[in-house]
Amino acid sequence: MTRDPQDPLERLAQALRDGTPAPDPVARERALARAMENFDALHQENPATARPNQDRPKQRADFLSGVRTMLAHLTSRPALAATTSVAALCLGLFVILPVEQNRPGPTLDPIATPAPDPIATPAPGPAPAASVELDPGEPAITPVPATPEPAPAPQIAATEPAEAQFITADAASNAVAPAQTRVARTQESAAASPAQAGKAKLRAEFAPKAMPLRQPDTEAFANADQNPVKVTTETPVSTFSADVDTASYAVIRSSLMAGTLPPAEAVRIEEMVNYFPYAYPAPDADEVPFRAAVDVMPTPWNKDTRLVRIGLQGRMPAIADRPPLNLVFLIDTSGSMEEQDKLPLLKQSLRLTLDQLRPEDQVAIVTYAGSAGEVLAPTPASDKDKISAALDRLAAGGATAGAEGLELAYRTAAAMAGQGEVSRILLATDGDFNVGIADPAELTDYIARKRDQGTYLSVLGFGRGNLDDATMQALAQNGNGQAAYIDTLQEARKVLVDQLSGALFPIAGDVKIQVEWNPAEVAEYRLIGYETRALAREDFSNDKIDAGEIGAGHSATALYEITAPGSPALRNQPLRYAAPAAVTGTGNELGHLRLRYKLPGEATSALIETPILAGQGGNDADARFAAAIAGFGQLLSGDKYLGDWGWDQAIALASDSRGEDAFGYRSEAVGLMRLAKALAGQ
Amino acid sequence: MRPSLVMLMDTPDDTLAHEAAHGSRNAFAALLARHYDRLHGLCWRLTGDRAEAEDLTQDICASLPTRLKGWRAEARFTTWLYRVAVNAAHDRRRRAATHARAASGWGAWEINRQAELAEGAALQDWLSAAMSRLPEDLRDTLALTLDEGLTQAETAAILGIPEGTVAWRMSETRKRLRALAQEEESTP
Repeated sequence: MTRDPQDPLERLAQALRDGTPAPDPVARERALARAMENFDALHQENPATARPNQDRPKQRADFLSGVRTMLAHLTSRPALAATTSVAALCLGLFVILPVEQNRPGPTLDPIATPAPDPIATPAPGPAPAASVELDPGEPAITPVPATPEPAPAPQIAATEPAEAQFITADAASNAVAPAQTRVARTQESAAASPAQAGKAKLRAEFAPKAMPLRQPDTEAFANADQNPVKVTTETPVSTFSADVDTASYAVIRSSLMAGTLPPAEAVRIEEMVNYFPYAYPAPDADEVPFRAAVDVMPTPWNKDTRLVRIGLQGRMPAIADRPPLNLVFLIDTSGSMEEQDKLPLLKQSLRLTLDQLRPEDQVAIVTYAGSAGEVLAPTPASDKDKISAALDRLAAGGATAGAEGLELAYRTAAAMAGQGEVSRILLATDGDFNVGIADPAELTDYIARKRDQGTYLSVLGFGRGNLDDATMQALAQNGNGQAAYIDTLQEARKVLVDQLSGALFPIAGDVKIQVEWNPAEVAEYRLIGYETRALAREDFSNDKIDAGEIGAGHSATALYEITAPGSPALRNQPLRYAAPAAVTGTGNELGHLRLRYKLPGEATSALIETPILAGQGGNDADARFAAAIAGFGQLLSGDKYLGDWGWDQAIALASDSRGEDAFGYRSEAVGLMRLAKALAGQ
Repeated sequence: MRPSLVMLMDTPDDTLAHEAAHGSRNAFAALLARHYDRLHGLCWRLTGDRAEAEDLTQDICASLPTRLKGWRAEARFTTWLYRVAVNAAHDRRRRAATHARAASGWGAWEINRQAELAEGAALQDWLSAAMSRLPEDLRDTLALTLDEGLTQAETAAILGIPEGTVAWRMSETRKRLRALAQEEESTP
């Protein structure tokens, strides 16, 4: 800028420079002190960016933690203005978030260690939500940080055990926490998402390379520690929920393609294995929605153990008889969706589905962002031009306003529903799950209630960096839907086209799997994957406990590694003082498989039982490929059980067992394994 | 060992931010101390009111511990910080509008200007008049470009607009100021 005194701009600039008052030292002190207070409060109980493991119960992807993260992305701009009530933020965090310890010094990732003692003194601070929730009509007395007022949160925080954070039913923490967290999180999100276009821009200019995942970013993954080897005489029964999600595989692929190994917590082996289609026998009788196939085969990475593969194949209803379908696309059009791998890919993806729909199906489009609202009123699928044009008009931009997106989507779906029709909302987002409901408990109820009324919810994730896997899982699990991550058009085709019917037509709900191992044949066993899906043994026959869904034509695969008594591969020594359990001969039964499921709309579950026999099934290409993928997942997540078996063996096994591979998925996996090997070798 | 404040004096912003994001109290304190004054200046230019500027700066500082958690080192720390500041200022304005208090900041100055014209606080009045006549986007852009440490590209990044738009806005600002100057000359 030239300094031309005649230039009015320069004159203004100079006036501004001259006019800038020196900061008042008192105000400065006060601001710095307030900031430090908040810093201390925050780091005494470290919040959401914490390690997914700590944040996850050993069961299913925890809804609340998903919601917590969702709230972190609540970007209702008016609420953002609440920068004054920052202490509310601390109080809110104090109540809700896992307790973690201050951790000095540089670290490589945002994982913090849990503090042993949850008792911490919350910083006294300004009144919480009050300053945000001011009635617009009411004149603000002062925009200055509110006067300190005793807030209810600290007492509750101090008197309740930290575990209360996780318990949905805990009325007290629910009552106080959500309102405050909302405030807190809104503020937090200002950093992450406000000038959305700006974010995209920033990425383009300052981070031209693919973002390495190890950097502290806002991705959150649902995971739990690897399942350990169990001793059959001590814990003969293993129970878990079915899972047909495949999101983890796509996340891994996108990491590898970007030249980074995925973080171990992004690896969910069951989702990797389930990504691939397997030729399981379809159920024959009409009254059973799916069929279980059991195979016993040698373990590729250990000659002294065996793998038991349990494959569930959902019935494929004749496509011609399927009920009319009402689809509501709920699309995030916030500024951050502007990137090439987000909204543009999303439009292409959704356009792919149109060809799969039939004239009697209906489509509506609802967006949430600055342009919140119904973009396309319910339209018969036959009017492809109109739907396609509506998709074309979608543009990313504006802040993510606190839209009532989800509610609007459900309302739209309800308006479309007719007798015998299936309604589903497809939520497409890059992680800013600002769907307009602030209270976690309310959202739990809301999605569950809508699910019970027959409107289901699936989640499609786009883009990286902000992707919130844990929330996706939580939302989809509560909405009886599937969570998928879409990184390429090919993936969109797989998820939306090849499996459209499965994703959209549930055939069995609350599918639970329980295996009782026979100690005479199996001394130790280990379930590979399904860490986030474990269920308590007694929950198996409790119909109140929710579990995974299986859609039309879906298949789900579970792998156990089992060790026979006396095998050199045993990892646990027999106990010295416990009397060996009496073992009754049961022929060659390795164990007993029990499945429970509910037909859609039914409240009581049905039971399927079948013994697991040694020598059952064949060591076919499908089974070997599944084993190779399980090996791949274990290599990525830090294997403890693979011994000398490494990348080369995994690649060879996968490569040899590709089979027909009509869609090229398996060849792609082999390519990814080679890539991972190269990256791991660096 | 915990790095002391003195040791942190020369540590680059980004390193400090990273450590602060992971719980280093000293790093956070050093970062704040280093940037408060500049941030305050920007806030003043954004709001046009001393008290507002102090409040806004305090709000931003107070929210930084949480916001730092989302800091991903994609941009320079200052770029990130200014983006936080601009957004916080926007939010504040929006709230002010919501509360029907639009006559604050530069707007209030404009009202005062009418009253004080007679008393003739010439330069300041001209400044407030000029600023209050500018649309918000031009004002924000100007406020940022006046920060000596910011390049045009960074200003663009903070505002989330293309670099060309920054240049355009500056020339637009100049154009409007000329018009304003002519207006004032014609109505002495």
